[in-house]
Amino acid sequence: MISLSVNGARRTFDGDPATPLLWFLRDDLELTGTKYGCGVGSCGACTVHLDGRAVRACQTRMSDLDGRAVTTIEGLHPKGDHRLQVAWRDIDVPQCGYCQSGQIMKAAELLRNTPHPTDQQIDTAMNGNICRCGTYPRIRAAIKAAAEKGS
Amino acid sequence: MSADMERRRFVQLLSASGLAIVASPLGIRRYIDAESARATAAEPFSPHVYVTLQDDGTITIVCHRSEMGQGVRTTLPMIIADEMEADWSRCRVEQAVGDEKKYGSQNTDGSSSVRLSLAKCRQAGATVRALLEDAAAKQWGVSSTEVHARQHQVIHQRTGRALAFGALVATARTLPLPDAARVRPKTKAERRWQGKRMPSVDLVPMTTGTAVYGADVRLPGMRTAVIARPPVWGGKVKSFDASAALKVPGVEKVIHIPEPPIPAGFNALGGVAVVATNTWAAMKGRDALAIVWDNGPNADYESSAYKATLEAAVRKPGTAGRVVGDAERALAGATKRLEREYYIPHLSHAQLEPVAAVARVANGKVDVWAPTQSPQDARNTIAKFLGVDDTTVTVNVTLLGGAFGRKSKPDFICEAAFLSREVGAPVRVQWTREDDLRNSYYHTVAAHRLEAGIDASGSISAWRHRVAYPPIDATFDGTVTSAGPDDLTNGASDIPFAIPNMSVEICPAKAHTRIGWYRSVNAIHHGFAIGSFVDELAIATGKDSARFLLDLLGPDRSTDLSKEGLVAPASNYGGTWADYPMDIARARHVVEIAMQRSGWETPLPNGSGRGIAMHRSFLSYVAVVIEATVAADGTVTVPRATVAVDAGYIANPDRARSQMEGAVIMAMSNTLYSEISFKDGQVVQSNFPTYPVTRMRAAPHIVDVHLVETEAPPGGIGEPGVPPSGAALCNAIHAATKVRVRQLPVGKQLAGWRTRAAD
Repeated sequence: MISLSVNGARRTFDGDPATPLLWFLRDDLELTGTKYGCGVGSCGACTVHLDGRAVRACQTRMSDLDGRAVTTIEGLHPKGDHRLQVAWRDIDVPQCGYCQSGQIMKAAELLRNTPHPTDQQIDTAMNGNICRCGTYPRIRAAIKAAAEKGS
Repeated sequence: MSADMERRRFVQLLSASGLAIVASPLGIRRYIDAESARATAAEPFSPHVYVTLQDDGTITIVCHRSEMGQGVRTTLPMIIADEMEADWSRCRVEQAVGDEKKYGSQNTDGSSSVRLSLAKCRQAGATVRALLEDAAAKQWGVSSTEVHARQHQVIHQRTGRALAFGALVATARTLPLPDAARVRPKTKAERRWQGKRMPSVDLVPMTTGTAVYGADVRLPGMRTAVIARPPVWGGKVKSFDASAALKVPGVEKVIHIPEPPIPAGFNALGGVAVVATNTWAAMKGRDALAIVWDNGPNADYESSAYKATLEAAVRKPGTAGRVVGDAERALAGATKRLEREYYIPHLSHAQLEPVAAVARVANGKVDVWAPTQSPQDARNTIAKFLGVDDTTVTVNVTLLGGAFGRKSKPDFICEAAFLSREVGAPVRVQWTREDDLRNSYYHTVAAHRLEAGIDASGSISAWRHRVAYPPIDATFDGTVTSAGPDDLTNGASDIPFAIPNMSVEICPAKAHTRIGWYRSVNAIHHGFAIGSFVDELAIATGKDSARFLLDLLGPDRSTDLSKEGLVAPASNYGGTWADYPMDIARARHVVEIAMQRSGWETPLPNGSGRGIAMHRSFLSYVAVVIEATVAADGTVTVPRATVAVDAGYIANPDRARSQMEGAVIMAMSNTLYSEISFKDGQVVQSNFPTYPVTRMRAAPHIVDVHLVETEAPPGGIGEPGVPPSGAALCNAIHAATKVRVRQLPVGKQLAGWRTRAAD
């Protein structure tokens, strides 16, 4: 039995220990804000925080999660008003919106470690998150807007 | 209230109320909740198929088109609400189920939603406004001419009395709809939101993880299926062994889906489905299947050999798509000739949500929930595939996690419906990314040969353009072995140039895989080849590329190209040539704007360059200037893109801008990185590492979009930005490196460019 915290709540899992966290979140907990995009850690749509670090839920096995703490987009802010979420709305970042959970979770880690990122730091941090609609210029702008607001 | 405050308030209200697609705070989504909620609501009043009013003043506006990132769920309802003089914060958007008879065409493709719905939505909103005015007039016992609606109220001007919309519902129910003659859509000055920035109604769900896409629908007792499909188009299962798959914990059943004969159109491909209690088990189960395939008639499809076939085809005369003057003779008599060939491979949409659908077949009914661009096609195809009446099929449209044409085809929804019937429980079909890239409906593969005659003065006297590519029609009709004139009027034969002798010809190309719509469709390769060739001609004649392009457009004129050599049916994106003539002044204008705003004539350092292209597609005129920087290792970045757009009237400019930003970035993927190729009939690529798309590091820092303000009939927005962007990018690469790219993708072609001789 694997016991972990998801968005502050205790959850248990006793299925195939090789199951990726992604499917535990989506199928067992019905936390579908974390998206499947590639399954090989290449697109970033499934980005969540594991003990505060951004990881790919599709590459994170349940067997590695006993006693650990996962935060998903649904748990990023109690009212959905993290400064990045607010900036995303102010700038109308999303088009289809499918990748944006992962983008926001990755950007939240960036701002935590680098409160005032340069363009280059943004590009490096966000390069692993694909947006097929092409919202990249607005993602950059929203990260900068959120950084200016501070926490 | 300032626009910004109004907007903030609106977003807050959305956040508080949730939206038409039900999302509980726990993140558990059950469409079933929405169904029962609908059944118990008080009898609503629907004076129009798109509008429902309730006594408490709540207004529900139906969006009959699919939301895939273009903002249609915001733009169309906003037009109706504006015309109604409704308070936008009290309107909720409801997504229509597939019902052609009720809603008209819901097929969300061809950049057509605003184009085909603007007048209809304005009329709908204005009709309801007039009805509510009639109701107020009746309640007050005054003439309708004395009252007017204003922000969710009707006001009696003389006395200053006001009645809220909600208080008018009971009376409005008893009245006939106002005469069409009395219904008057707003004038430009009266419009409140149309033509201004309106944020998406889905922003809160999309930024909090509560938005519901096809892959997110959950029903009680639902199973998940992952399917092994024939790796070659037209292949079939010869035999399979499911014993290992059935041992995977969670796997319940393994089911053979019959393979329909090709071309199967919208139908499922067939294959072997593994049905399980969860997605991971279904995937593991599929891995454990042992299948022997009969690969069928396309087992030899191989991309490099096929490229040679297409190139051989365009070196011979084809059938006419457009004839002006005598190109053959003019080429023979030209002072100078330029001949160039271009190639663009298959592409796959790679929309970030791989296709997924949920179906529940029970009690003689088929209910599906799917991210579909065309719920009516889904309904009809499912009905035929299952052999049931289409009235028993309900298609609920979720949000689409990207689509780009892939989700116009309901094959994946058929799979879910078939499996639900077989299993006797709701089934969710989940395609993996590998499935998405290997069993798609691909953008075609094309070879182009362009020849121009240049006269003594440096003008272009002759233009011959031969194309060869398998067309989409071949996916539906096995006898089709070449593109048709209708494919060419997607920016190849309907070109705006003033050239006295033109011949645009179609050469044979048989399809060996499923060909389908992909954002901008044939305009992608048409735009790339023509836009590149125009730049090559400018350089060959020693002229500035932008000035040369303006010269090629010739004098301002507005023409019906069906009378200028286009072969029948001379189609014009479903519009008439009278409503949407080829208007050279508009083409010229966007080129001039793009030149001016990009600083076209200011110098750039070595390794950087600007390229320009203009293309008319989907009834819109778009000129693009790309500024590209090429590193020594050949890596391309785009610091700045300038996009000038005349798309007629634009209802929601910010969403139009975002479509252009996305178009430039998608064109970068098409041009720089992406390629689907075949070997032994099977797709070589499997996932993003082998099918790269544009990422943040290469993406433009500035996309300067200029929208021409006009009341002209609306053209398309979603697609027309892509075709000129690819050519502009290759022209910029040439300006930066002197390397001419004639075969896409650019890939590694620029490695070591600094030490290479110019070509």
